[in-house]
Amino acid sequence: MHGPASDLPLMFVDASIVTREVTMLDRITLTVKPGSPTILIGPNGSGKTTLLRAAMGLVHLSKGRIRWGDRDGDTPPKNAIMFQRPTMLRRSAVANVRYALAAANIPRAQRHERAAELLALVGLHDIGSRPARRLSGGEQQRLALARALARDPTVLFLDEPTASLDPYSTKAIEDIVRAVSARGVKVIMSTHDIGQAKRLAGDVVLLHRGRLIESTPAAEFFATPRTEEARKFMAGELLV
Amino acid sequence: MSALQLVLTGDPGLFAIVRLSLLVSLSAVLFAALFGVPLGAFLALTRFPGREALIVIMNALMGLPPVVAGLAIFLLLSRSGPLGSWGILFTPQAMVIVQALLVAPIIAALSRQTIEDLWVEYRDELAAMDVGPAQRVATLIWDARFSLVTALLAGFGRAAAEVGAIIIVGGNIEGFTRTMTTAIALETSKGDLPLAVGLGLVLILIVVVINALAWGMRRAGERYAG
Repeated sequence: MHGPASDLPLMFVDASIVTREVTMLDRITLTVKPGSPTILIGPNGSGKTTLLRAAMGLVHLSKGRIRWGDRDGDTPPKNAIMFQRPTMLRRSAVANVRYALAAANIPRAQRHERAAELLALVGLHDIGSRPARRLSGGEQQRLALARALARDPTVLFLDEPTASLDPYSTKAIEDIVRAVSARGVKVIMSTHDIGQAKRLAGDVVLLHRGRLIESTPAAEFFATPRTEEARKFMAGELLV
Repeated sequence: MSALQLVLTGDPGLFAIVRLSLLVSLSAVLFAALFGVPLGAFLALTRFPGREALIVIMNALMGLPPVVAGLAIFLLLSRSGPLGSWGILFTPQAMVIVQALLVAPIIAALSRQTIEDLWVEYRDELAAMDVGPAQRVATLIWDARFSLVTALLAGFGRAAAEVGAIIIVGGNIEGFTRTMTTAIALETSKGDLPLAVGLGLVLILIVVVINALAWGMRRAGERYAG
């Protein structure tokens, strides 16, 4: 699953998104390098989701730019995102995966086998024929992950993939994320869960009110946070 | 003969009338759907100046009085009209055209609403998967298909119940363009109430059966697709 090296690093240069009422991203300058997962943390409304959506090309910057490797401005085709509340297409679980494979231009002859592999990877091989919208929350989340992986992404964005999941489903997702990351897919993921950040992060990006507070390798971030906000956030204090 | 006798003995004249009624209304719904569903999808997915005005006009056309539609098609198809050379005034084809005109706005307006609701739900996922415009439309129509059946039913309801338009462009010619509704109107005014009541019962029965079939299809589909 190694993508061309030229897609990374992903660089945000002075990236801002301002709507009439709010500043959603405030002059973010950040470089995301290949390697272990980059974890975005920060309170609600800090800009995590917006940053992921901007990187995916789903929202446009008001100012600044996003660079992918040596390219400028355009989104490389091989990225995938899993939304915090994914929408299941009104089809069976396996048909959801096949749809994503078709959208990623995988030849029809290979889709059947690839879909089965992906369902097996997320542990849903037994229930592929069930309507996707009838699956449990944890199963839907795993199906959304399979669908995102169907694109064989270079970079995989995950927006709070385990919010509101029980520990069993959370572990299932984290295991898949680890496996995918080990295969060379760059994972960029937001979470509220400090424990999860510690378990998965190669480096940590702390956002607050649309601003970048800290971007540090994980070991350093958790051992010696540089900023007051990071210390507060980790101590479980409310960052408002 | 009593109304019930006519129905139960399968009177051939009655049978021909029922057959023509179904043929005309179902064809009208088919043509209206071929035009109305894509139009609804187009209005759901695009933004252009005048779109809102178009939607308002379309919604208003849902209430187009059948006699007015009948008059318009009559003028178009009459011998001296622009399409007079087709020579189809007072034929079942003319009746299909006028009913399609009545049904299309209903199907277009209801499918626009259905598809737009689904689009709001699907937009981000489809964008993230790089699904192109044509494939988007196909996906939305396919995934909304069970809800779209309701739009088709509403259209069929209007076509099956309608008398004003088809009596103008069809002429209520016995054995050729006489349908259940035009026959009921005629027989009632002639005073042949048993035939009128018999036809009325058959008409209601058909509408109920078609709705039941559509309902069953929708339930089965939802079990499969969620």
